[in-house]
Amino acid sequence: MPAFNEAARIGRVLAGARAAVPDATILVVDDGSSDDTADVARAAGARVVRLPFNLGAGVAAQTGYKLAVRDGFDCVVQLDADGQHEPADIPTLLAPIVRGEADVVIGSRFLGGVAYRPGILRRAGMGLFRWLAWLMTGVRFSDVTSGFRAFGPDVVRFVATEWYPTDYADADVLITLRRAGFRLREEPVRMYPRAGGRSMHAGLRPVYYVFKMLLSVALAPLRNEPAIRKGV
Amino acid sequence: MPALTPHQTVFALVTSLLAFFLVLELVRRRRLREEYSWLWLLTAGAMVLLVVWYRLLLVITHVVGAVTPLNTLLLCAVLFLFAIAVHYSVIISRLTTQVKNLAQELALLSSRIDQRGG
Repeated sequence: MPAFNEAARIGRVLAGARAAVPDATILVVDDGSSDDTADVARAAGARVVRLPFNLGAGVAAQTGYKLAVRDGFDCVVQLDADGQHEPADIPTLLAPIVRGEADVVIGSRFLGGVAYRPGILRRAGMGLFRWLAWLMTGVRFSDVTSGFRAFGPDVVRFVATEWYPTDYADADVLITLRRAGFRLREEPVRMYPRAGGRSMHAGLRPVYYVFKMLLSVALAPLRNEPAIRKGV
Repeated sequence: MPALTPHQTVFALVTSLLAFFLVLELVRRRRLREEYSWLWLLTAGAMVLLVVWYRLLLVITHVVGAVTPLNTLLLCAVLFLFAIAVHYSVIISRLTTQVKNLAQELALLSSRIDQRGG
């Protein structure tokens, strides 16, 4: 669970996660927060890794994957610390991996009858990413900007390497994983509007995001990415 | 096309030699790492060469289709600055990745120590 200045919101999320998966290790990667996110997380019984300065959500998430690999965890579920994702949905994401039906499971806010209406601009952006992801992978994802996802053992080892695009996560990750040959699938989850704090998609960053997506769409076929190739 | 006057030749030669030895001196004092100096040395060397061997500049001017040798020089200058900028971007990208990995490593190690300490 990557977290940046989420002290006010993370406690509730951790309690929810603890209730949903009582036997799991809950890891919070504090991305150089200036508030007491780390202390709140520790008090809630989570294991905390503190990055010395702010490096971005992608880097924080990858720090978690690296820890998972070193400490021998099989599966990783990643969710936002700001309360947008419903921790009770964690078992939903894990189930297909445990059953061996998928390597990567993405929580989609648009599958099933879940009410989530983003603003018009955000909808347009999501539409564009969806189209790009489809162009790149041939798979129609309903929610490519979801940061709520579960990885199986092979995927965890893969995303802990330099192949993981830490610069701008979500959609790029789907494309990279798909190209590496992993089996991706989506499951419906609940998502809520942010209860305060700063979204990472604020200001000019979406513009950069679109640029980066276009760049990776253009370059990915030219790169020699390792093909793990598992029943593509 | 008129050749350089002795006045111009001396000035250009002194300037480019100064540039060359400035880079060498920085490397000698370890203020500049060898790996970053080669592009600068190459440029200073090219400057000296073009001053001493003015006909080469005329030939290059003819080859690239520039009107005057001055155009050729400016073109070279812009291309060189572009090369330096790209070179630095590559270095910065590498350093960014290294800093990221170091920060992650540090965070993971210190969390392990925290765990041991209870």
